Amino acid sequence: MKTIEEIKAAIEAAIPGATVAVVSNPSPCAQHSLLVAHPSALQVATFLRDNPELTFDYLSNVSGVDWPDREIAEKVKVTRQVTKTVDGPDGGKPDGTKIDQTVDETVEETHKRVEPGFLESVYHLYSIALKHGPLVIRMRTANRTDQTTMPSLTPVWRGAELQEREVFDLYGIVFSGHPDLRRILMWDGFKDFPMRKDYVDPDDFEYEPTPHDEVLKRAQAHSAANHPATTDAAQEGAAPSQ
Amino acid sequence: MNPSVPMGSSVIDTEKREGWNRPPVVVPEGDGELLEVAMGPHHPSTHGVFRMDVALDGERVVRLKPVFGYLHRNHEKIAEGASYLSSMPYTDRLDYFCSLSNNWAYALAVEKLTAQEVPERTEYLRVILAEFTRIQNHASTIGFLLQEMGASGTPLMYAFREREKILDLFESLTGSRMMCNYMRFGGCRVDVSSAWLEAARKVVAGLPAFVDEFEALLSSNEILMARCQGVGVLRPALAVNAGISGPMLRASGVNYDIRKVDHYGIYDRFKFRVPLGDHGDIYDRYMVRVLEMRESIVILEQAIRDLPAGPIMDPKAKIRNFRPKPGECYGRIEAPKGELGFYLISDGGPNPYRYRVRPPSLINLTVLEDMCLGQSVADVVLIFGSVDIVLGEVDR
Repeated sequence: MKTIEEIKAAIEAAIPGATVAVVSNPSPCAQHSLLVAHPSALQVATFLRDNPELTFDYLSNVSGVDWPDREIAEKVKVTRQVTKTVDGPDGGKPDGTKIDQTVDETVEETHKRVEPGFLESVYHLYSIALKHGPLVIRMRTANRTDQTTMPSLTPVWRGAELQEREVFDLYGIVFSGHPDLRRILMWDGFKDFPMRKDYVDPDDFEYEPTPHDEVLKRAQAHSAANHPATTDAAQEGAAPSQ
Repeated sequence: MNPSVPMGSSVIDTEKREGWNRPPVVVPEGDGELLEVAMGPHHPSTHGVFRMDVALDGERVVRLKPVFGYLHRNHEKIAEGASYLSSMPYTDRLDYFCSLSNNWAYALAVEKLTAQEVPERTEYLRVILAEFTRIQNHASTIGFLLQEMGASGTPLMYAFREREKILDLFESLTGSRMMCNYMRFGGCRVDVSSAWLEAARKVVAGLPAFVDEFEALLSSNEILMARCQGVGVLRPALAVNAGISGPMLRASGVNYDIRKVDHYGIYDRFKFRVPLGDHGDIYDRYMVRVLEMRESIVILEQAIRDLPAGPIMDPKAKIRNFRPKPGECYGRIEAPKGELGFYLISDGGPNPYRYRVRPPSLINLTVLEDMCLGQSVADVVLIFGSVDIVLGEVDR
């Protein structure tokens, strides 16, 4: 198989305007990947499938990955001039007053910056005709909240059909151009995306108003959060009369 | 009979369905009234909790939508909250017929991620156990297929009799019949004794007679041929494009066996052949599985003969405080049901940052509708059975 740089060069030569970057992988298995920009993704995928030297005709695996916002703390040494009250050169003036002097001071400051998060989908391609692989390509969304769309590769490889549905279901990446994008493992009315790193389990998965302390407390907390108007009635009804 | 044209007057152009040129051309017979049937989730033929929403025109299927998720427990999320090793017992529960293959696939992915060496003796043990798993999986699959065809009990009991012997071997080695939890990163858990090897040799010696008996009973059976030949045809171009793997892919005539392509483990040391189908129908899938059992016996004989002495665990393998360096890796094996892969991302911590299972059972169901269109509703059960799925792996 060609190296990842050769494949990148081949893509850029064949598709003008395609933006492809190599993402290196420090693991010993050295499965480096190609980061493909959205506008040319379908063209790149079709090229990878149909080019006679590459012929990646078999899409093995599609996985979603969630990269939340990361807060990165960096320690920086800062030198600045500060005014300090010091004793004079010969122990201060005779009347005991001190003098102000400007000195350089070096301190360590912690800077925090937030690296914006994104959602990613990773495709592992193999060639059945030429028996080589894997080639890893990945696409990223702009952010994790409102711009989570990326082009679907199902029109090129049908093997992505159910797997992209799964990524949509569990991560919330919307694949434009997918023929049948519905939830697959969770039920249709489900709201959240369970595989995201910041997912919180609902507290009423098996809501059952039994008068046991812990369950009752959770149920009350839940109904207080969701139905503030009915809280009093629920508490009255649930409180055991003694 | 031309296999590509279904009986009756419904005409379905399967060629038009390659890629996404939807919808298929269906000319209804009679008054064109459709009946929608939900097959499952508690239908005995669905091998667990799985539903097919089928639209029928008389007896013919004009639309079929699989519905998943009844057994979903988000295995991947659980694994991301657990250390690498503590996910090993969970992999048993994916495809619970083939826990040892699942163990191997996961161990292989982690070993690739950390460049971990595996001792010679363990490599042989893994091959022996994986091929035993393949034989009992294929035997049971064929048994279930025949059960669905109406051969009530007999073939399934023949298959389970043999499976029992293999499961007894697993039990005496690993302590469990199905949830084996046997492989470790850089080795495996316990060594085999000479008594176990003797017992294994005896089971392997009895297997060819079992396959002969099975074939004499089934392969030229008139009912089996009538129900299976030309039914549920999957064309090679669609099979490759839809990511189909394992015996289903090879039954469509595509020569792709990961044991031969990747040479993972020590499969390059054994002589065996890859059986291929010709028509891609149910009968070919049945036949490919029978022939794969024969090839597995050949591999087993070689592996048990050549099993070297030595340690079963790499002494340099890290067990406590196991933290792979940051990076990612995709490792895959030829499991009995197809390509089973694990995709792992490490961030340097004790838990995987991302843990993904590539489930062959789920992806092989991509083409279920394509194979079923135009067939009768009784054939849907057979086509579904010939895919060979386990819901623990489909839904994870």
